[in-house]
Amino acid sequence: MKSTKELQDIATQVRRDVLRMVNSCQSGHPGGSLGCADLFTALYFNTMNVSPDNFTREGKGEDMFFLSIGHIAPVWYSTLARRGYFPVKELATLRQLGSRLQGHPSYSSKLPGVRAASGSLGQGMSVAIGAALAKKLNGDSNLVYSLHGDGEIEEGQIWEAAMFAGANGVDNLVSIIDNNGVQIDGRCKDVCGVVNLKEKFLSFGWDVLECDGNDMQALLDTLKECKQHAHKGKPVMLVMKTKMGKGVDFMEDNNGWHGKAPNDEQTQNALSQLKETLGDY
Amino acid sequence: MKEYKILGEKDTRSGFAEGLLEAGRENENVVALCADLTPSVRMDLFAKEFPERFFQTGIAESNMVSIASGMALSGKIAFVGSFAAFSTGRVYDQIRQSVAYSDCNVKIAGSHAGITLGEDGATHQILEDIGLMRMMPNMVVINPCDFNQTKQATLAAARYKGPVYLRYGRPKVPVFMPEDMPFEIGKAITLNEGKDVSLFATGHLVWQALEACKLLEAEGISAEVINIHTIKPLDETAVLESVKKTGCAVSCEEHMYNGGLGDAVAQLLVRNYPAPMEFVGIDDQFGQSGKPMQLMQHYHLMAEDIVIAAKKAIKRK
Repeated sequence: MKSTKELQDIATQVRRDVLRMVNSCQSGHPGGSLGCADLFTALYFNTMNVSPDNFTREGKGEDMFFLSIGHIAPVWYSTLARRGYFPVKELATLRQLGSRLQGHPSYSSKLPGVRAASGSLGQGMSVAIGAALAKKLNGDSNLVYSLHGDGEIEEGQIWEAAMFAGANGVDNLVSIIDNNGVQIDGRCKDVCGVVNLKEKFLSFGWDVLECDGNDMQALLDTLKECKQHAHKGKPVMLVMKTKMGKGVDFMEDNNGWHGKAPNDEQTQNALSQLKETLGDY
Repeated sequence: MKEYKILGEKDTRSGFAEGLLEAGRENENVVALCADLTPSVRMDLFAKEFPERFFQTGIAESNMVSIASGMALSGKIAFVGSFAAFSTGRVYDQIRQSVAYSDCNVKIAGSHAGITLGEDGATHQILEDIGLMRMMPNMVVINPCDFNQTKQATLAAARYKGPVYLRYGRPKVPVFMPEDMPFEIGKAITLNEGKDVSLFATGHLVWQALEACKLLEAEGISAEVINIHTIKPLDETAVLESVKKTGCAVSCEEHMYNGGLGDAVAQLLVRNYPAPMEFVGIDDQFGQSGKPMQLMQHYHLMAEDIVIAAKKAIKRK
C-alpha cells in the first residue's frame, strides 16, 4: 500500500506526463487532465482492485473503470502507463498516426486499460451501468467506476442513466463528477445552470458524497467511504471539487486551457512548477 | 418458375420473438433490453421466460443502447429493441461510439421498419435505417423476408460475434421460406433461376419479387430472384454472377433509394460489371399514414412495379 506522500508524487509525475504529451503533439486537453490527476492516481494506485498485468476487456473478478469524458485521455493514459498497463515510453506517441493512444480513448486501438470508446459526451454512465448489471448477473461483487464532467451532465443521456440506476438500485456503481465548474464556453452555472449537483442526484435515488478532488488524503478517505456505501441498494455518486489546470499557476481555474496545448515556453514554465518524481518518459 | 407455397401469413416481428426466445434458451449470456415497447417489438416471450435477463430501460433509447454496450463488453450478447426509427436514427451516435467503434456484441432490433408500419405515419416509418446502419463500419445489416427467415436470422445474429442491425416489420405477410432453413449471414439465396433480368430483393419485397417473377414469366420473360437478406456484408459473388448471366438488375426494397440495397448493388456493379439497373424503392421522401398495402401501392413497391422496372432494365441492355 502506497503512502499518501507517494501517491502525491505519482500524481505530480502524471501531471508532468500530461503536459509533455500535449505539448509534444500540440493538441489535446490539459485543463481537465491536470485537475483529475489526483483522482486517477488514487483510483488506480489505491482504491480499485485491478490487474494491470492481466488486463481483460470483460473485467471479471476486478473493478472496472469507464472514462465518460474522453477528452481527458492524457491523464488516463499516463496513469495506466505508470500503473504498468503498457510501457511508459509509449506516452510519447499520443495522437500520432498509428498510435494506440488515440486523441480520445478507443477500444479498436487495443490499448490495455481501455474497454470502450468515449469522446462523444454523455454515454459513459450508461456503459458503466451495463458493466455493473453484467457483474450482478455474473455474481461478481467488484465495483464499476465512471468519471464525468460537470459540463458533461448537460447531456440528456446522463439523466436517463441516473434515473435508471436509481430506479433499479444499481448499487455496484460509483460515478464521479469532476466538478471544476468550467467548460469550453465559460462557467458551467452560466452556460446551462449546472448547480446543486448533490440535490439533483439525491432526488434521482443516489447516495451522494462530496470531497475536495485535489486533496489526496480527502480523496482516499472519501473513495473508501464510497466503497462502504456500495452494495446497499443505491448507486453512489461522488461530487469532487477540483481546479481545472491544477498544479500549474497560469492554467488553474482558467477555461482557456480546456483544450489548448501549451507552447514550449509555457510548458517549461509549467514543468518548473512540478517536480520530476518518477522520471520523465 | 419454381413454385413457392404460402405456408400462412405472419408478421416478421413474431419470427424475431421466437428466435430471441430460442437464442435465450441456447445461450445464458443472451440478454435483452427494451425501451417501453416490449410487446410491440416482441421481446415479450423472452421477458416472460427470462425476467432476470430482461431489462426495461423506460423511454430512454440512448441509455438502452449504451447499457447494452457495457453489458456486451462484459461478455453478454445484448439485444436492444425499439421501433426501427428509434433504435437506429434516434441513437445513431450511441451506436456509432459505444457499439460499432467499440466493437461490442450488441444486436440492434429494429421493428416496425419501413412504410408498412402503416397508420402511425412518417415519424415512425423509417426509410433510411438500412443506409444509416450500412454506413457504420463493423455493422452487419440484416433484413429478413418472412417469419421463418426472421426467426433463423435472429438465431444467427445471436451466434455471430459483433454488432448486428436486424430489421423486421409489423404487418402479417406471406410465410414461404422453409421453417428450418439455416440462416447464413452474408450468403444470398437464389429463389428462382432466370436469364433475362436479376431481381435483388430484401425484406417484405422478396415476396413481391417472386410475384413479379410469375407475372414476367407469363409474358415470356425469365427473371432470376435473389433474396438478399444480408445487405452488409453483401454477397458480391451472388450479385455479380447473376448479372453476368442476365445482363441487367432491379433492386427491390422497402427503403429509400439512398443508402439502401439498391445503392449497395449499384456500387458493386459500377466497380466490377457496369450494367443497366433499375430501383424499386422510395425516392427521397417521407412516408405518410395509411394501410400497409395502400402505402405499398402508393409508393410503387408492388409486384406490378417490379415488373415495370424489370422491363425497363431489359430494354436498356
